[in-house]
Amino acid sequence: MHIEIDEIAKNFRGTAALHPVSLAIPSGAMVSLLGPSGSGKTTLLRIIAGLEQPSSGRLLLDGRDATGVPVRKRRAGFVFQSYALFRHMTVFENIAYGLRARPRRRRPAESEIARRVGHLLELIRLPQIAGRFPSQLSGGQRQRVALARALATEPGMLLLDEPFGALDAQVRRELRQGLRDIHDETGLTTVFVTHDQEEALTLADRVAVMSMGRIEQAGTPEEIRHRPATQFVRDFILDAQPAPARIDSGPAFAEKDGAGLLRP
Amino acid sequence: MSGSALASASAAITEPRPWRLLLTLSAVALAALLLLAPIAAVFAEALREGPLTALRSLGAPDAVSAILLTLGIALVAVPVNAAAGIAAAWAIAKFDFRGKAALVTLIDLPFSVSPVVAGLALVLLYGANGLFGGWLAAHELKIVFALPGILLATLFITFPFVARELIPVMVEQGRAEEEAALTLGASGWHMFRTVTLPNIRWALLYGVLLCNARAMGEFGAVAVVSGKIRGQTTTMPIMIEMLYNEYLSVAAFSMAALLAVLALVTLALKSLLEWRHAGLLAATRRH
Repeated sequence: MHIEIDEIAKNFRGTAALHPVSLAIPSGAMVSLLGPSGSGKTTLLRIIAGLEQPSSGRLLLDGRDATGVPVRKRRAGFVFQSYALFRHMTVFENIAYGLRARPRRRRPAESEIARRVGHLLELIRLPQIAGRFPSQLSGGQRQRVALARALATEPGMLLLDEPFGALDAQVRRELRQGLRDIHDETGLTTVFVTHDQEEALTLADRVAVMSMGRIEQAGTPEEIRHRPATQFVRDFILDAQPAPARIDSGPAFAEKDGAGLLRP
Repeated sequence: MSGSALASASAAITEPRPWRLLLTLSAVALAALLLLAPIAAVFAEALREGPLTALRSLGAPDAVSAILLTLGIALVAVPVNAAAGIAAAWAIAKFDFRGKAALVTLIDLPFSVSPVVAGLALVLLYGANGLFGGWLAAHELKIVFALPGILLATLFITFPFVARELIPVMVEQGRAEEEAALTLGASGWHMFRTVTLPNIRWALLYGVLLCNARAMGEFGAVAVVSGKIRGQTTTMPIMIEMLYNEYLSVAAFSMAALLAVLALVTLALKSLLEWRHAGLLAATRRH
């Protein structure tokens, strides 16, 4: 699904969370909205999903004006930062929720639902946990279940809000690759929000760097890295460059890229 | 939630066994003295002349009418306030709007205002010389000293119970699960039925039970607007007071015992439900 953000602005009680921003997200791309907290990236993602209404501007999905289309008709798979799994339902029921919520004539038969949930559990490599409750899962498992639940309704786009924010480094690396694999397999237009420069630059095809409700620069990771358009982008990206090993205080780790390389 | 907190606390905070025993025993003794003894006294007094006399006093036409009136009032007041409480808690927990703090304070108003004052307020509004008194008289509508007045008083007094129970639970749960349901294509009603309601069911049940107990037991506000017409506007608590003042102590205490039994039944019902669903409760309470 091709997403076009056309001069969208958002005010919360008089303060501007988003100044008019425009961004085109080509069909099948994996795009990151990157910025510090308060930069408006989550607001923009929620506007794309239909969870917030823009104060002005238009949202075009596949060329059609979708600004006023209600959330449930947008066909946006959304993964929440807190995952927002339904706590009183099993993993199976969580993933099946979107299919069972359909009006009766478009609802698949229970056997078909079971088949699809099974397939999704295979996709996230957790075939054994269908009967568990969210409280019985680890953080990484919850994240993957939230992803499977969002994919179950065969959405036109996949939107993720800080999908790896609450996880430790090891799990985060695995899940990043998992998300990339799922994206490449399904070809879904994917937009994820992050404040982690390295995550955005290594995972996404295109990155939009945001600050104070504006898009500072949009481009490929290569362009962002080597031709930062503004001072803000320059400073923000600088933090993400591979950290030089410090040799002034005994052995030190070069922590970037996860190598944990020990230098003398 | 308190279970795990206690378990983790007991590892760090320990008391010598005699102390623990003493603390537990004094708590039980105090509860027995303050809570159980009065109820036991009521039952003893009711059964003083044997169970048959007690039952016969409850079978008197005026008594039956009072019992039916009280049950009927609760039957209307509890669902109305449950619905209003859910709506208010929903608005407060899930949305940001101007005047939210004022609304929360307003919900607490029946707790802070004396029931007698609430009753008098109804008389001032709807009584013969009240604000709407002329209009009501012209249309031959009777509110004060009639059924609608008792219902209004009960609704006012019991309004906070459901909302008060729900607000903290719904605030803590946030709105992410509801939003998730919407992004998955659920309609508003489907979302409410499958996500919101199951998440608040225990708090809702508790609120409804408290609301019910108070709706049946309310005295002060109802006493002002009831007019105490036997067989018409006397609820169980009013009837108890009237019988007691007439030195019909067996009848008064039989009615009091029945009211206590109704309250105890609701409490037992709640305990039973909690016990039956203990496993599910533990699994779903914390994420």
